[in-house]
Amino acid sequence: MSLEQFKNRNVGTQNYTMLDLGERPKTGWDRFKQVARRSVKLELFTGLKVTFREMIKALFMGEMHTIKYPFEKLPISPRYRAIHEMKRLLESGHYRCIGCGLCEKICIADCIRMDTRYDENQRKEVSEYTINFGRCIFCGYCAEVCPELAIVHGGRYENASEQRASFALFEDMLTPLDQLNQQQEFPGFGAVSPDADKKIKKTPLAY
Amino acid sequence: MDGYIIATVIKAVLVLSIIAALAGFGTYLERKVLAFMQRRLGPMHVGPYGLLQLAADGIKLFTKEDFIPSGANRLIFMIAPMITAATAFIALAAVPLLPEFKLFGVTVKPIISDLDIGILFVLGMMAAGLYGPLLAGMAQNNKWGLLGAARTAAVFLSYEVVTGLSILAPIMIVGSLSLIDFNNYQAGGMGEWLIWKQPLAFVLFLIAGFAETNRTPFDLIENESEIIAGYATEYSGMRWGMFFIGEYANMITIGFLASLVFLGGFNDWGFLPGGLAIILKVSFFFFFMLWVRASWPHIRPDQLMWLCWKVLMPLAVINVTITGFVMMV
Repeated sequence: MSLEQFKNRNVGTQNYTMLDLGERPKTGWDRFKQVARRSVKLELFTGLKVTFREMIKALFMGEMHTIKYPFEKLPISPRYRAIHEMKRLLESGHYRCIGCGLCEKICIADCIRMDTRYDENQRKEVSEYTINFGRCIFCGYCAEVCPELAIVHGGRYENASEQRASFALFEDMLTPLDQLNQQQEFPGFGAVSPDADKKIKKTPLAY
Repeated sequence: MDGYIIATVIKAVLVLSIIAALAGFGTYLERKVLAFMQRRLGPMHVGPYGLLQLAADGIKLFTKEDFIPSGANRLIFMIAPMITAATAFIALAAVPLLPEFKLFGVTVKPIISDLDIGILFVLGMMAAGLYGPLLAGMAQNNKWGLLGAARTAAVFLSYEVVTGLSILAPIMIVGSLSLIDFNNYQAGGMGEWLIWKQPLAFVLFLIAGFAETNRTPFDLIENESEIIAGYATEYSGMRWGMFFIGEYANMITIGFLASLVFLGGFNDWGFLPGGLAIILKVSFFFFFMLWVRASWPHIRPDQLMWLCWKVLMPLAVINVTITGFVMMV
């Protein structure tokens, strides 16, 4: 593009493709011929044909578009960032969270609070863990920073409730123990990408 | 004589209740058909397949506040919907709905009154029904209503000419105004139908019928995108409902007229008995009106007037003239 063209700000006047709409009728006789031609060609029935075809498709060929929402749901992307889930270890059933506190630290909405202590085996244990969903902006940093893939974003997007606290406690977000066998390796937001091994590079140690 | 009066009253009550119920059912059908043509489901949740939606809508209409705006002419505002609903049902009085049949040994004529001027009476009553929108729009002290009323008058003058002239040619052929005579004229099977002799009149009558019932290509007196709801802007509750019962009853009447005058009426059609045949024909016309609503855009008032005065009326006059010449020769 030359400078000349670049500086031309009359945007409406160039680079438009004109459709070939045919001659507009000029005289009264031309207009009459156009009306007669359009009437005899029965153009209106094309419209009727289209709607009837759509009705047949919808009724008998299973192409109805309606999703009856509260009863049926559209699938959502695994990378959708909805209410958090806390995952468990598949073998032992113990929660994965190691209480490192990274999610609390990175949370830009400052909505995660956690409290940890040492249990009898001198392992860190999460004693309190809450997310204030009135503040959470669902940015996904917590899931991204978690070293253990313990906190992830699930697909539960219907978060209307009588109390915000219904979602927010650690036990609510934790995978129930009886559904542990249904817990799958999480593919969504914050998970390690499938080609992670290829992306690993040697850290240059020598300066 | 007493028996005649009692029979007429019973027939009138039956026609009123059945057609009013069918008009209500028509709203359900309209929503379903429009939905299917747009690949939606339509009402589904109230009752099986949404059938009880009718009852829900009825309860809503009956219990809604009957609102009369300040500054409106109260009397005319209250009367106007009744004019629409009443004339729609009065028009049905001269329409033979089914063939004669025997019930408990008595021959029943399913027509309330076999007038000699049947078709004239029906068209006249449907035309009088236009006083409803006209008075409603002028009485309600609302500019959208006034625009609706003005459009009603303009549209009414345009299409009523076409209705009359298009129906004139079949009347000339049959030589009677009674709808029963129209029906008997086409008794000889499908080849005798008047649509083969008068195809142009059929098309013109159908177009004018769409305008007469305010159906979609010509629904400009209550055109939502331009004048809110036109004459019905300030109406609520049952008064609003009466306008729509009248409109749907008019659709049914136009369906009956078109099938009686042009499509062989209630004569036996092949293996189909006459009663079933006319119900099928009227159902087709009703479906056709919904089908058109789903397919075609509506037009401007000036386009409707252009169409009626400059295209349809000359065609109708030519049609009448040619019919006259053919009959003389």
